Amino acid sequence: MRKKIDKMPAILDFLQSATGLVLALFIMGHILFEASILISNEMMYKVTLMFEGYYFFGERYPGIISFLAAAIFVIFIVHAGIAMRKFPASYKQYKTITKHTMRMKHEDSSLWAIQVITGFMMFFIGSVHLYIMMSQPSNIGPFASSSRVVDEFMGPLYFMLLLSVISHAFIGLYRLALKWGFMEGKNTEVSRGRFKFLMKAMIVAYIVIGLSSLAKYTYIGVTHDFSDGVRYKSETIKIGEHK
Amino acid sequence: MSEIVKGRILKINILRFDPNEPKILPHMETFEIEEAYGMTLYIVLNMIREHHDNSLMFDFVCRAGICGSCSMLVNGRPTLACRTLTSKLDENISLAPLPLFKLIKDLSIYTGEWMRYLNEHLETWIHDQEQELNVDKLEERMDPDLADEIYELDRCVECGCCVAGCGTIQMRPNFKGAVGLNKVARYHLDPRDKRTDEEYYELVGDDDGVFGCMTLLGCEDVCPKDLPLQSKIAYLRRMMIKTAIKN
Ligand code: HEM
Ligand code: SF4
Ligand code: SF4
Ligand code: FES
Repeated sequence: MRKKIDKMPAILDFLQSATGLVLALFIMGHILFEASILISNEMMYKVTLMFEGYYFFGERYPGIISFLAAAIFVIFIVHAGIAMRKFPASYKQYKTITKHTMRMKHEDSSLWAIQVITGFMMFFIGSVHLYIMMSQPSNIGPFASSSRVVDEFMGPLYFMLLLSVISHAFIGLYRLALKWGFMEGKNTEVSRGRFKFLMKAMIVAYIVIGLSSLAKYTYIGVTHDFSDGVRYKSETIKIGEHK
Repeated sequence: MSEIVKGRILKINILRFDPNEPKILPHMETFEIEEAYGMTLYIVLNMIREHHDNSLMFDFVCRAGICGSCSMLVNGRPTLACRTLTSKLDENISLAPLPLFKLIKDLSIYTGEWMRYLNEHLETWIHDQEQELNVDKLEERMDPDLADEIYELDRCVECGCCVAGCGTIQMRPNFKGAVGLNKVARYHLDPRDKRTDEEYYELVGDDDGVFGCMTLLGCEDVCPKDLPLQSKIAYLRRMMIKTAIKN
């Protein structure tokens, strides 16, 4: 009988891509939902209520956010664990790849280096953010979040997280497409060029959106009077009357 | 009276080292050559050897981009010297041997040994189950499009540029590189090769094979024969995943 093939390398490679894809899609949605603050406080409040299940169950369940954050955290850990295999594993490897990247002056090789660096950064800053969302899900809202950004000094962390996650995610998506030959045209140079353009455009767009939202949260955090707590009191939605 | 147009003076910086004389450490040496119309690095190197230093070593055979002997790092990027026009470069040109391969001397490297090992390891020949050779039997017909596709991949000249251009293989020398993966894709496509998907998986279904590739695309961007390396590595990756699902 033929000996069985070891499927693990295939599974790991597939999972690395699949978890990366899910995380990237999640981030694309997440940044947009956060940006609801740019429309109005009320809008962001409504988005928060939606994620707490208010519009489905008529009551707020912050536990849903905890659950979502935990699920993302698990995917995040699995992805980091698998992708970590690609990190240079010794000083020698680090020196080799650095020298190679410097010498080649080759865009895609440099993009990979950015992915490794931003991936490493996210080990730490990503974990902090995810843990807080998991443990304090009820403290989300136009005022609570702003207070977190300013009074709890999450601003600088969010800034770094935004830059790293956006560049990592879109470079990752670009590489995913090429790695698996997704939507590959007859002339691969053309399809690759388009993907690369899309990647750059998305990075710029998302960073602009993300930074604008962060600026708005900071503005609210600095100017709002938090003396009666961080709860947002909506004019239109009265919790409890909706049933 | 026609005026003689003076060419640029090219400064050719060459990394020199002879492993047989390790006392003389690797060092850069600069030669000045006047540029001529249509000049390639092949001509430059021969001029240096003729007029400046006859101990300079480098490899050339076909001087037409066919044999793959003259691969080297030109300004840090692997390419074929005989196909590189000096007019496309600026005055300061640095030349160095490809990394990873055994250095013979100066710009001359021993790609043959590396490639032979790779070919033996990946068994890059048609595996036919037929026991007896029957010369009278007609060859199976092949779809012309498929024949073209296979021919395209067969154009690899084993120059080693994709190996030198790949960050993965620099870090992890056991990785088979684009040249190896391309060859495996070529035989996988070929209906005359009777190896099973599982046998192919054994060959490249691990981190030294297709799953080791990190899609840096150095290979694709430096291959002087413009082989569709990215697309074929993606093909192989999908095939290996399919094989894993099947089992
Ligand atoms: C601690 C956190 C993280 C680490 C250490 C990490 C590390 C990495 C590394 C090293 C790679 C390159 C793998 C390769 O070259 O084959 C990678 C790929 C990728 N990452 Fe991450 N990453 C992290 C978080 C994230 C997040 C939050 C996202 C989404 C927003 C993401 C999306 C991707 C994608 C789409 C890829 C491409 C997948 C592939 O090549 O198969 N990663 N990650
Ligand atoms: S695939 Fe291209 S770069 Fe690599 S050895 Fe063959 S011809 Fe050279
Ligand atoms: S795509 Fe990158 S990692 Fe893969 S073989 Fe080519 S250069 Fe190496
Ligand atoms: S001398 Fe044959 S490829 Fe350059």
